[in-house]
Amino acid sequence: MTTAIDVSGLVKTFGRTRALDGLDLSVAEGEVHGFLGPNGAGKSTTIRVLLGLIRADAGRVALLGGDPWRDSVALHRRLAYVPGDVTLWRGLTGGEVIDLLGRLRGNGADRGRRTELLERFELDPTKKGQTYSKGNRQKVALVAAFCSDAELLILDEPTSGLDPLMEEVFRACVAEERDRGRTVLLSSHILSEVEALCDRVSIIRAGRTVETGTLAELRHLTRTSVAAELVAPPTGLDALPGLHDVELHGTTLRCQVDTDHLDALLRVLTAAGVRSLTSRPPTLEELFLRHYEPENAVGPQTGAEQTGAEVTSS
Amino acid sequence: MRITGTGPLLRFALRRDRIMLACWIYALLASVIGTAVSFRSLYPTAASREQLAASINDNGSLRALYGEVYDTGSIGALTAWRILALCGLLLGVLCVLLVTRHTRAEEESGRLELLGAGAIGRGAPLAAGIGSALTASVVVGVVTAVYLAASGEQLNGSLAFGAALFGCGVCFAGVAAVAVQLTETGRAANGIGGAVLGLAFLLRAAGDAAGGNGPGWLVWLSPLGWAERIRPYDDNAWWLVALLLAAGAAQTALGYWLAGRRDLGGGLLPQRTGPGAAASSLRSALGLAWRLQRGSLIGWTVGFAIGGALLGGISKGVDQLVSSSSNVQQIVQRMGGSSQVTDAYLATAMNLLAMVAAVYAVQTALRLRGEETSGRAEPVLASGVRRLSWAGGHLVYPLLGSAVLLLAGGLTAGLGAGVVFGDVPSWTGRLLVAGLIQLPAVWVFAAVTVALFGLLPQWTGAAWGVLGVLLFIAYLGPALNAGQWLLDLTPFTHVPKLPGSAFHAAPLVWLTVLSAALAGAGLTGLRRRDIG
Repeated sequence: MTTAIDVSGLVKTFGRTRALDGLDLSVAEGEVHGFLGPNGAGKSTTIRVLLGLIRADAGRVALLGGDPWRDSVALHRRLAYVPGDVTLWRGLTGGEVIDLLGRLRGNGADRGRRTELLERFELDPTKKGQTYSKGNRQKVALVAAFCSDAELLILDEPTSGLDPLMEEVFRACVAEERDRGRTVLLSSHILSEVEALCDRVSIIRAGRTVETGTLAELRHLTRTSVAAELVAPPTGLDALPGLHDVELHGTTLRCQVDTDHLDALLRVLTAAGVRSLTSRPPTLEELFLRHYEPENAVGPQTGAEQTGAEVTSS
Repeated sequence: MRITGTGPLLRFALRRDRIMLACWIYALLASVIGTAVSFRSLYPTAASREQLAASINDNGSLRALYGEVYDTGSIGALTAWRILALCGLLLGVLCVLLVTRHTRAEEESGRLELLGAGAIGRGAPLAAGIGSALTASVVVGVVTAVYLAASGEQLNGSLAFGAALFGCGVCFAGVAAVAVQLTETGRAANGIGGAVLGLAFLLRAAGDAAGGNGPGWLVWLSPLGWAERIRPYDDNAWWLVALLLAAGAAQTALGYWLAGRRDLGGGLLPQRTGPGAAASSLRSALGLAWRLQRGSLIGWTVGFAIGGALLGGISKGVDQLVSSSSNVQQIVQRMGGSSQVTDAYLATAMNLLAMVAAVYAVQTALRLRGEETSGRAEPVLASGVRRLSWAGGHLVYPLLGSAVLLLAGGLTAGLGAGVVFGDVPSWTGRLLVAGLIQLPAVWVFAAVTVALFGLLPQWTGAAWGVLGVLLFIAYLGPALNAGQWLLDLTPFTHVPKLPGSAFHAAPLVWLTVLSAALAGAGLTGLRRRDIG
């Protein structure tokens, strides 16, 4: 597996603010990678480093095998970028901007694909820049990116202004890009979108990667919710490790269990006799929220967090 | 009530604009008071004022610029002749900007929606916009009247002068009240307001230039013409003040009527659409910069052509005009560097054009920073465009666009002077050269802007400050008897004073080298720094 984006120990400070604090990010070729974090976590700063618009203070960055600062122009011809806040030129129409961005990249746009995308996104290309709404400005940038032949798409919160119907169109387009073998870095804080689209996910917080892996891997590192109706009250529950938020009312149990300790819990439950059982893996939402509880409330250290800490100290 | 909430909105508007309003009002009052003060020293006697009136009233181009001198009996009347229509025009510009800013521009940005959801009547934003325009007009009118009356001018005339300025403000605020209902963007509304102001100025100028021998009635089609014909200290035509106020009120009523017939955010004129695909010329950083800058270049070039023609066309009457005051003669010779009044005057005129071209150069160079901070540069620089190509595409305009302006101004000034003196080829050649040699001085200002942009991006706006200070020295230094060391600070001092004086290439070479060094440092900084 070759990597399209390989970042380690990235540091960037603006004055006294440490925007990136030892961030790691690895995106394999051909995958859709979710880049998650709340506002101000450093997602856009990372993307701007990847685009060679700003220079990192420390750390290693490789993009499509090159250095984004030194080889920016050559690399830019191979990628397409959709900024989080699209601003257009007042006097230029949406159609002109789409064509211009394609030509500046050097390859122009595929006319058939362009027409098809304009139809799917229901975008009128003859309107002038200042008259588009936020969602329509985003569509202009998305059409420009999707009708390019770039190997890598870097999308920075691309759906924040789109309505649910257009969000569906967007998801279908990303899925098509993946089927065509392209790599997508999708920065977002819309978890359902990431859950639906992404092969792997990196969660960042305060300029640092706190989790990275496939959704299955991340879930494995965290807790499963269990709700059970038992024949008799369970015994030995107190002795079990990795149990959280236990609510036991007679024979009704609700709890969270660290996924590694699920097996031990089930043994205790079957010993008491199970009438009904639901066990639900954590949603991405729960994963995410766990990392953004106040600092001292964060659960047990995960592997990814330890890796992040090692890189910063090195 | 439809205008519930106007009070808080107006206070908020005045607070938001306090610095911009203070600057505008200061500049407008300075133009009136400065004119009165300088006339008092330049034309102290009735005889000198008579001579001035004779040379102005004989010359169509001068009448187009300033109108006819109608009364030489007092400094107040002379001041009103010279500045009333011009100050009224500028006050009109301010009022259009203010009304648009607090109505259509707010609506366009969506901020008005936020306010409109609160306890704010539908008509309140327009009332607040007009209220801020009236506030500015009242201040300008009252201070003008009080100053002139206090400095010994006749009271009735001083009041008429102040009221005439106030009336101009009211009338053009009304123009804007209609314009903002028509378009969907603040920029387009300002465009309509600007066009009406320009037309008003042209009609007045054409009518005054024609005088008694032609369509002098054109003056009566222009609110600026009405203001001029109030003739403070002479006719004191108060009925024309009432006409200006009535026009403002009628247009405001029309604005409210139109506002009731459209939706929030909508306009009455259809929004223009454009091509759905890019023309083949729009394929590079250079092509993009041309699309973004061509409109302004064409507008400025037309302006320079008109300005040059005016400056050239009045050059024949200028020796009489100048000789009517020995002070004026000295100032022109000091700026223009020649004992021949006509040559000195034309050299000064070319210098003046160059100062305006420097404004263009700074403005177009600053476009780079505007593109950067708005986020529009980001997708361009994230495609296959080098930073230097992107900057280069825009810097064509301060570098060569300003040359176009100076050539246009030099050409028409030469044609104008050639027509009045009767030797077109020779004058055109001389003034084309005189225009073009200003270019290195203009470049210095663009280069300072580029240096700031590359090395101290947060301070790029300081380029306006540098320009303002150096233009102030270049423009007023000679009149204020400033020391030579001070004059030497501005690039314009070093440009050879053509026509008339000897030509030296050396200053042009070192001004060019200085510009290249500053721009080079800025571009090197741009390659190394963070964008955004």
